[in-house]
Amino acid sequence: MSKKEKEVKESIAGDGSRAINKFRLGDGLMMFIIVLICLTCILPFIHVLAKSLSSNSFVASQQVTLWPKGFTTEAYRRVFQDDTMIYSLFFSVGVTLIFTFLGLTVCLCAAYPLSKKELPFKRVITFLLVVPMYFGAGLIPTYLLYNDLQLLDNVWVLILPGIYSAYNMLVMKTYFHSSIPDSLEESAFLDGASYFKIIRYIILPLSKPILATLGLFYAVGRWNSYGDNLYYIRMRTDLRMLQYKLYLLVTTATEAINTAAEEGSAVTSTPEVLQAATIMFATVPIIIIYPFLQKYFVKGAMIGSVKG
Amino acid sequence: MNKMSLASRRKLLVKNFRHTWQLLVLVSIPLLLVFILNYAAYPGLRMVFMDYKPAKGYDGSEWVGFETFAKVFRDKDFHRALKNSIVFNVLGMLVSFPAPIILALILNELRYPRFKKVSQTILYLPHFLSWPIIGSVAYTLFRPSTGLVNVVLRNMGLIQEGIPFLTEKTHWAVTYLLIGVWAGMGWGTIIYLAAITSINGELYEAAMIDGAGRWKRMWHITLPGIKGTIVTLLIMNMGRLMGSNFEALQVFDNSQVREYQYQLAIYIYQKGLSGNRFSMSTAVGLFQSLVGLGLVLLTDWMAKRMGEEGLF
Repeated sequence: MSKKEKEVKESIAGDGSRAINKFRLGDGLMMFIIVLICLTCILPFIHVLAKSLSSNSFVASQQVTLWPKGFTTEAYRRVFQDDTMIYSLFFSVGVTLIFTFLGLTVCLCAAYPLSKKELPFKRVITFLLVVPMYFGAGLIPTYLLYNDLQLLDNVWVLILPGIYSAYNMLVMKTYFHSSIPDSLEESAFLDGASYFKIIRYIILPLSKPILATLGLFYAVGRWNSYGDNLYYIRMRTDLRMLQYKLYLLVTTATEAINTAAEEGSAVTSTPEVLQAATIMFATVPIIIIYPFLQKYFVKGAMIGSVKG
Repeated sequence: MNKMSLASRRKLLVKNFRHTWQLLVLVSIPLLLVFILNYAAYPGLRMVFMDYKPAKGYDGSEWVGFETFAKVFRDKDFHRALKNSIVFNVLGMLVSFPAPIILALILNELRYPRFKKVSQTILYLPHFLSWPIIGSVAYTLFRPSTGLVNVVLRNMGLIQEGIPFLTEKTHWAVTYLLIGVWAGMGWGTIIYLAAITSINGELYEAAMIDGAGRWKRMWHITLPGIKGTIVTLLIMNMGRLMGSNFEALQVFDNSQVREYQYQLAIYIYQKGLSGNRFSMSTAVGLFQSLVGLGLVLLTDWMAKRMGEEGLF
């Protein structure tokens, strides 16, 4: 209490310069709140990790919190022995890489011309390229269209519809406007260079930061979504991406909780340890690369916020 | 520079006009994609005025005028989905919208740069995780019998029986909303933090000299400084009043919570792809996006009347 009183006195008497260097109760409180929220972001995963590395009996008797008990990697061995899981991992990585590459290419093809004043019909083209962001035809018309295009149960349905993104295009266009001086290109023009050459030798080398950022937007977006898998991949189990498989696992597991609660019987679903190992299997790729991605993401989000 | 380059730029334009076809070639790639994969689906919307039967196709199905809409508005499932969507989105907005603002204000006040950076890195993490991951981790934590949260609460003697956080509809509603806040909060701060950095530092110095404390500075300088950003984001959020996050809802689906989980996105999916009520599903989809668009325009107009910048 006395400490608080002292602080109140100081804050009344204190001049600005001293206030800057003084650590006060408010600072402590705010750090405490932040630490708490951060813990909610970390602890769940540590818990799942601990479970995945524990033996079944300890997990079943609810003794595992944040540290594995009866350490064993048996569950992971089983996950890695599951060929469909490994296949799905490689399939997802492949789809994500192709998606990202094509996405960046298409994005560049849209953003660069639209950033040029001399592009003919610029207003019409911009309009046509932005409208789909605000208004889509909806699930069923799209589904029927993909059916006509023979995209259903086809690997390209996971790639083609997403590679043009109006949002990413606008972010890249903003970057071209703000970060690449016109004078650079003008001098190249005077030397008679074509647009293709300018893109190759001037734009691309100067756009590495934005390409990294948007590439990560594309990659993480593709990696994480499962909705299109659910909608458009109906029969072909070999086209299931990892997150979709995890989704299937979650829903069957929760139904198992319910039936167990209703019938009061033991559940014969996937053991919890194996579930935990599968969750980690699908999470770890993101967590490993996350620290490297993070700065690019933040940059991109900021550029995007300048003018959406 | 402008005066000088105006004439030369015109010359440049003429000189390079024979090059601009290259730009058109480039831009034709995304245009082609958009036409084939987006615009080509728009004519399919005419099925809202039909009784669309997959076997008969667009040409064979019967035209019924506004009958589909009448059917939808009589449909009890639709009423439930609409009610749930609105209730959940309003509640969600009440908590999800202020959360990143408050968090950004707190982050902005943090003293130690390292601490701030590390905590930001951690707070952004949920944004990178897919809904299946968030869902499966949440189920692991909240399972009534063996979930960590229930085990801890039971060991502390606070509860006798496990709380069915995700398997009873009312508990589910609260948990689902809070998970939504948690997942979006950290990432949402970025835009506000960016806005805060553009506030003139002299304002703070002047306020300090005048003796304004931390809370006063927050209230009188920081908040007004990011008001424009707040209004813009509010407008954008308004458009989502009808929509919901399908992937999130679908992950947290189970038979005990369907009464609340059943929202418009689920209605569209189930009636359409599982139930073969193609016209009804599409009509609801159209209704949803038109109402969303209308709400955005309305809020934008209101923001402009109140002297803010607006979206368009």
